[in-house]
Amino acid sequence: MAPITYLEAIRQGIWEEMERDPNVFILGEDVGVYGGAFKLTEGLLDRFGEDRVIDTPISESAIVGAAIGAALMGMRPIAEMQFADFISCCFDQITNFAAKCRYRWGAGVPMVIRAPSGGGIHGGPFHSQNPEMYYVHTPGLKVVAPSTAYDAKGLIKSAIRDEDPVIYFEHKYLYRRIKEELPEEEYLVPIGKADFKRRGNDISVITYGAMLHNALEAATLLAEDGIDLEVLDLRTLVPLDKEKVLESVKKTSKVILLHEDVRTGGIAGELAAIIAEEAFEYLDGPIMRITAPDTPVPYSPVLEEFFLPKTSDIVRVAKQLAAY
Amino acid sequence: MAANVIMPQMGESIFEGTITRWLKKVGDSVKRDEPLFEISTDKVDSEIPAPASGVLSEIRVKEGETVQINTVVAVIDEQGRAQAPPPTEKAEGPHIAKSEAPSRAKTDKVEATQGVRSSPLVRRIAKVENVNLSELEGTGLGGRITKKDILGYLEERERVAEVTRPIVQQAAEEMAGTDGIETDRIEVVPMSVMRKSIAEHMVASRRTAAHVTTVFEVDMTRIVNLKNQYTQEFLSKEGIKLSYMPFFIKTVSAGLKEFPVVNASIQDTNIVYKKDINIGVAVALDWGLIVPVIKNADEKSFLGLARASVDLAERARKKRLTPEDVQNGTFTITNPGVFGSLLGAPIINQPQVAILCIGAITKRPVVINDAIAIRSMVYLTLTFDHRLIDGAVADQFMASIKVKLESWEEKLF
Repeated sequence: MAPITYLEAIRQGIWEEMERDPNVFILGEDVGVYGGAFKLTEGLLDRFGEDRVIDTPISESAIVGAAIGAALMGMRPIAEMQFADFISCCFDQITNFAAKCRYRWGAGVPMVIRAPSGGGIHGGPFHSQNPEMYYVHTPGLKVVAPSTAYDAKGLIKSAIRDEDPVIYFEHKYLYRRIKEELPEEEYLVPIGKADFKRRGNDISVITYGAMLHNALEAATLLAEDGIDLEVLDLRTLVPLDKEKVLESVKKTSKVILLHEDVRTGGIAGELAAIIAEEAFEYLDGPIMRITAPDTPVPYSPVLEEFFLPKTSDIVRVAKQLAAY
Repeated sequence: MAANVIMPQMGESIFEGTITRWLKKVGDSVKRDEPLFEISTDKVDSEIPAPASGVLSEIRVKEGETVQINTVVAVIDEQGRAQAPPPTEKAEGPHIAKSEAPSRAKTDKVEATQGVRSSPLVRRIAKVENVNLSELEGTGLGGRITKKDILGYLEERERVAEVTRPIVQQAAEEMAGTDGIETDRIEVVPMSVMRKSIAEHMVASRRTAAHVTTVFEVDMTRIVNLKNQYTQEFLSKEGIKLSYMPFFIKTVSAGLKEFPVVNASIQDTNIVYKKDINIGVAVALDWGLIVPVIKNADEKSFLGLARASVDLAERARKKRLTPEDVQNGTFTITNPGVFGSLLGAPIINQPQVAILCIGAITKRPVVINDAIAIRSMVYLTLTFDHRLIDGAVADQFMASIKVKLESWEEKLF
């Protein structure tokens, strides 16, 4: 089988689930006739018809509200946000309603919200954000953020089958930039399981999303200097795979927490706290964070490049930490 | 200002020394010339004074390590104060991105006052594995002990244990004969530098010389009386506790002048006659044995010899001997009589050719002019190297000493 892109992998996952379960349907802005702003849903309308591939008005609140209702009535909606940045429009529906249904009256909301997130595409402050932490902070939601085509397909399928609301952050920088050969047979990637994308002994880099690829690139560069990085891809932010995080830190004793999200309130802070609480006596150096600074994503390409964590940042910090 | 403390050269042919003990800890204040550490070379054990006043900020060579002369073994911070106020720990936090910025001197000072820098991991490993972190040298930022350092240390410790385990076992088996004794019933301790040196010299001497021993009995009554008579006066006038040793040194020096061959040595097929009469006196120490030398003993007065022998013995026990103090002996006197030995047959101190052994001075019934008298008697034995000295010469030498001792005329002072 030919290698397929991250975007194609997500489409395949949705396609397979829609073939498998007639309750699965997709709704969002321009997902039908236009095939999606990124052409991710192209072909779905022709195959599954307009009852299951629904073009909506430009109202995120309406999209998510309809999805929650359908989910409560036994359907399996996939709500698409054209850009993750717009998800805040339905913040109340997600955090106060969907997240709390199971806790309030035992009703699961088996809904997936797909949110194309992340920068590096010169999209400016409203088309480049990484808003995952609002939802990580809200109990009752699951949050996934795949970084490879394999994981993207496996996780969208698991998300669709999950009995609770899952917010699926797909990194749009990766859409057509990475390709991978996928297994012909069906597979799932479980929610809540991190994955070692590279095993190493000296420093653990814990990351997710597009930054995984910078971490792997840095690992290759650092190997020439004799610094052996281990790269752990979280894949899921909620529930967090604490065991793998601690396993890795206990092995290497040094850790870099890397994400594209801004620094304050990012998952790195939470991970740092967990590591300090549960693996303090295994640390041989300070817990280091590499993140975007606490500003909106700049529009200027030069400033955006400065804003995003880079491979060279990882190399620099890893060298300091190795020498510590 | 920081002053380096170096491993001194303790004698011309000595190129390395072993630090046997640090008398100060890192962070202690030291005064110039105050004893700082003890060293052991293959010639001598000695205390080394501090070269400057200040605070001992760093010890670079651990106890038991041997380094070449002029190696910096410690650093004294001359401006340092002991017990500095609690260090500004916050400033030393893990802002490693900025860690190059603070000045070196500051880091050093924090190090000196804070003790060993490590990490939570290293401290945990140290606790579990029972490691004293101050024994490790840190290779991390600012000398911090890293995971790598402590794991390397443990590996080395394990390796050494691996190497010594069969030795311990073998030693246990050898000691126990064939019926296997439990190995924890023995303790294996490495020899000190001095012990090794003594062991080597003794065996080498046995292998080199043709040892023969002759025994003389000497009537010491006259000298015993003299000593008893003058001990008090000697102490009050000269501050010296009078012993028998200067009597023996004096007579032996005179004897050696008469019989130069006893003061000689052998070099290949040549006989080396020495014009200097330098008499070594063995001093037993708690940790071994050392033989300081009284140079040109034949040129010294009785008082001079008394003073020299007391001084050398005292400095030997306080580890204050210099290499010169133990070099160039031409003849040795050993005195096991002080411990009650009646007579001994010592091993020659190479490259000398004879050694005199003084037994205990005891009152014995002695026949004089067919009458039995009570006299203070001593057995003197001479072990000589028959390669060079024949029995007749050795006995003539001994007879001469006997006469000199029994007819002592010289004033004590």
